[in-house]
Amino acid sequence: MSAVSAPPQGPTIVAPARHNRSLTSGHLPRWAPWALLGGTAGLSALLFGVLALASGSDFAIAGWAVVTGVVYLVLITVVSSLVEGRRRGVDRLVTGVVTVAFLIAMIPLVSVAWTVVANGVAGISADFYSQSMRNVVGEGGGALHAIVGTLLITLAAAVISIPIGLFTAIYLIEYGEGKRLARGITFLVDVMTGIPSIVAGLFAYAVFALFFGPGIRLGIMGSVALAVLMIPVVVRSSEEMLRLVPNELREASYALGVPKWLTIVKVVLPTSIAGITTGIMLSISRVIGETAPLLLTAGVTASMNYNLFEGRMMSLPVFAYAQFMNQGIPAQAYVDRAWAAALTLILIVMVLNLVARLIARFFAPKFGR
Amino acid sequence: MTTTMSRASAAPAKQRPGDRWFSGTALAAGTMILVTLAAVAIFLIVQSVPGLTATSATASVLKTDFWDYVWPLAFGTIWASILALVMAVPLSVAVALFISHYAPRRLAQGLGYVVDLLAAVPSVVFGLWGILVLAPAVQPVYAWLNVNAGWFPLFSGTVSGTGRTIFTAAIVLAVMVVPIITAICREIFLQTPVLHEEAALALGATRWEMVKMAVFPFGRSGIVSASMLGLGRALGETMAVAMVLSVANIVTFRLFTAENPGTIPANIALTFPEAYGTNINVLIATGLILFVVTFAVNAVARWIVSRRKEFSGAN
Repeated sequence: MSAVSAPPQGPTIVAPARHNRSLTSGHLPRWAPWALLGGTAGLSALLFGVLALASGSDFAIAGWAVVTGVVYLVLITVVSSLVEGRRRGVDRLVTGVVTVAFLIAMIPLVSVAWTVVANGVAGISADFYSQSMRNVVGEGGGALHAIVGTLLITLAAAVISIPIGLFTAIYLIEYGEGKRLARGITFLVDVMTGIPSIVAGLFAYAVFALFFGPGIRLGIMGSVALAVLMIPVVVRSSEEMLRLVPNELREASYALGVPKWLTIVKVVLPTSIAGITTGIMLSISRVIGETAPLLLTAGVTASMNYNLFEGRMMSLPVFAYAQFMNQGIPAQAYVDRAWAAALTLILIVMVLNLVARLIARFFAPKFGR
Repeated sequence: MTTTMSRASAAPAKQRPGDRWFSGTALAAGTMILVTLAAVAIFLIVQSVPGLTATSATASVLKTDFWDYVWPLAFGTIWASILALVMAVPLSVAVALFISHYAPRRLAQGLGYVVDLLAAVPSVVFGLWGILVLAPAVQPVYAWLNVNAGWFPLFSGTVSGTGRTIFTAAIVLAVMVVPIITAICREIFLQTPVLHEEAALALGATRWEMVKMAVFPFGRSGIVSASMLGLGRALGETMAVAMVLSVANIVTFRLFTAENPGTIPANIALTFPEAYGTNINVLIATGLILFVVTFAVNAVARWIVSRRKEFSGAN
């Protein structure tokens, strides 16, 4: 009985306070956080501007950003707590913190992109893309040998790892479902994704040193090392894509009497080819920037080498590393070449990434509705 | 579904040569993975046996014996990785949360790509950036902390003039593992059951309370395993550390001095090109230790993930 009679009492107690409230009372207006942010930024800009004028130094952008961020977070929490209550205050604080975290994560990306472009442009020239470093001391020379090496080594790595990776994915999805071997392979592929690149380089060296004697350096060794890093990525992405192929397609094919292998070749693979291509290109973009394994296996050279199976072979990341670490006179020429190589490398990686995303976007299979 | 199909048709249908050949190739490729991993372990062990027992008489890089050589390196590897994770994990969780729950829906996927771009930058570029941009930029901060908070043991010692300290290396490592941890955390946060979230909001929870009550409990194991995958990456990262860190091969916790412990992978990259004789075996032995540690870390992380089947698409 008392439970039934209780509800009417509630409103009667609150009622006196209610009539002067609107729906939005107790809430900050939508523009409040932005206004607060703008006000804080303006005030701290003023503060730092005065400081900069007083001391005659440059305007400290980093200090301004930090002060603005901290002051804004404190202000929004306090204001919101006073107007909206403590819980909403905390909520606004967390929103601010999370946004600031994202901006912090963007700083290195922007900074890297800016410095690489700004510094790399200085070293870019026609010579850079048409000459090797043979007999070059000081200024001049180029990275043609490194670009050729990178392309050849990565191509060989792709030739090794794409068939293995693709067939492994086919085994995992089409043949191995539920089998213990397939579960083991899936687990080990996942673990293999985390092998340090330098260990892959040591492995390739250990294998070849056993057969060809210590101190061996070949382009193909680099390809083997990169393949160890590339295979698990290819397997993972191809596996995901094959799994997306609807079973109805396979069953329709079986119903027509098509053998399983032809079903895979003619139905499953064409359906998922866009996604598989994307995965392969992303895996190439991952290994093409690897430095450590190539430093150990393909070595360093200043000359052109078109033969994967004989002699040392330069690659673009190792070129950037070697130019920076072994600076000659004038040092600026070496640093410029290192930055130019870094810029070229980043451009290659970004183009691969972009093309991969576009392929995924435009050639994705259309699944009805 | 496919297994039931093949089983039903297995008895009457004849095994075509094409089928046998194709499934055989697929099986061989799958087995190849196991063989490769076994080969990595076997060849590293074979080549590192002479290194494990080497002394200063047989290998010139050793002062006394192998374990004295590897101890500061192992310490430096773990110390730098821990510092990197302390910075990267909270940041990554916050960034993942921003992308999955706070950013405007229309922007979220694009922002995810932008963070992924960070993972695409080659490590040698991060190395160049770390040594030429980051180190000079943070050096004044180190100097200031050293002067004003030098009583704190981590900040003590003679401050580095170049900024190439283990803390700078850790910042670079953190930048490199943030996209990895973020990508996995984001996937997991997005898999939180929408009904849980809506139930929390319907009870009057603010967005942060909803995240605390619904998203974090659901994603806790995912966050742990993502951090461990990040740890695996940080332990094995080579070039950035090799370029940024100025090494003295001592064991110290001090963050801002010019004398830092090296790391195993960076040491291999720096020493290997000029190494000869047993020195090579010593370096391969340090690589074996790194391989075992990262393998264990990754295996545990993957095991945590695979306990929850919903996360299968998380990688």
